[in-house]
Amino acid sequence: MVDITLMVNGVTRTGSAEPRKTLADFLREDLELTGTHLGCEHGVCGACTVIVDGRAVRSCLMLAVQAAGAEVTTIEGLALDGALGALQQAMWDSHSFQCGFCTPGFVMQATALLSAHPDADEQQIREALSGNICRCTGYQSIIEGVLLAAERNRQG
Amino acid sequence: MKLPPVEYEAPATVAEAVDLLGEHQDEASVLAGGQSLIPLLALRLARPALLIDINGLQELAGVSASNGWVAVGAMTREYAAEESSLIADTVPLLAAALPLIGHEAIRSRGTIGGSLAHADPSAELPAVALALDAELVVRSRSGERVIPADEWFEGFLTTTRGADELLVEVRFPRAPQATDVSFTEVARRHGDFAIVGLAASVTLSDGAIKDARLAFCGVSDVPVRAALAEDLLVGEQPSASLFEEAARLATADLDPPADLHGSSEYRKKVAATLVRRGLHAAVGNADERQ
Repeated sequence: MVDITLMVNGVTRTGSAEPRKTLADFLREDLELTGTHLGCEHGVCGACTVIVDGRAVRSCLMLAVQAAGAEVTTIEGLALDGALGALQQAMWDSHSFQCGFCTPGFVMQATALLSAHPDADEQQIREALSGNICRCTGYQSIIEGVLLAAERNRQG
Repeated sequence: MKLPPVEYEAPATVAEAVDLLGEHQDEASVLAGGQSLIPLLALRLARPALLIDINGLQELAGVSASNGWVAVGAMTREYAAEESSLIADTVPLLAAALPLIGHEAIRSRGTIGGSLAHADPSAELPAVALALDAELVVRSRSGERVIPADEWFEGFLTTTRGADELLVEVRFPRAPQATDVSFTEVARRHGDFAIVGLAASVTLSDGAIKDARLAFCGVSDVPVRAALAEDLLVGEQPSASLFEEAARLATADLDPPADLHGSSEYRKKVAATLVRRGLHAAVGNADERQ
């Protein structure tokens, strides 16, 4: 077991993990942050996307021990004091969800996009979300939600 | 799928990493970005006893230019290479291929060295390295050696890297003036592995083709250079009929593997189409730059 200290959603967290444990499993099992979902567990579906040191990564393709010292943001870090963040609200308003399983991955990937490009256009949004799989919505409502967030950003 | 138990070392220096590799050789796998290795572990397709994690080796990350070459550290992440203005300005074929690798979140972690050491024959970077005659620098306890790209790729996911050698740097030649490029590929969805892809680089001089480089991914167990077609193109004026003949020559000897994404015959047809498409795209760009 390896001791790990990292920052998750602005809070210093510690734990210990076998080297083979993925960051996704560490977040879910050790830190009890089960908002990060695991679909395929081999880097194809994007459900487990979290933000590590400012960039979207697949937490099933990163070891927990590799996150030592990193700053991690998960879906639980977006709603401050229980209020939806701006992106979450825009996706809510656009009915961007059906079963919700893929939602945390989409929201984290879109969060990374909008923090780099607050006024991202549709092409950028489609490109950024192209690695996330949703089996119910048909994607259009998800794109619309992120577009609405970008539009609200433009209007300030 | 969870990873099987595995020992783990995260060396602090390249020397330590090379020592570990020298000691454990085939029993160890080098963990760079992990975007291919972690799935291989999860799927039990790789069963190393030890992971040597080189993510802490800052000295292996970065891009620099010297003497007509651009050196890319093996741990340079794909997103960082994508953002590098030096690469955009001097190795345009690499710059064209980078956005096609996986998806954004994959490129956040994936590395230039990792992709070339993994040597997936469907991946973009091996075709780029082969087309440009890149050089791969490996280091072991007995020193460094430089391996030309055309001697690097040995077979499916196999390179000529020795079990005790660590890939530390990849050197790409600077593109000459009036060179332009294209990376074209056909994939089921954008970001998926290419069914077939083509790296193309064309240098023009007074309206004639001075240098042409074509390399496929997805048509064999290694990336494949289309040398006959390149020879045909050099010295000629670009034209649709020339590109048609280049497509025929480039694909005449191909015998691509068949899988659920496409038959061998289909891949061959796609390859010929990409030669025409890729050359038109590259020459169109080069013309504008002249």
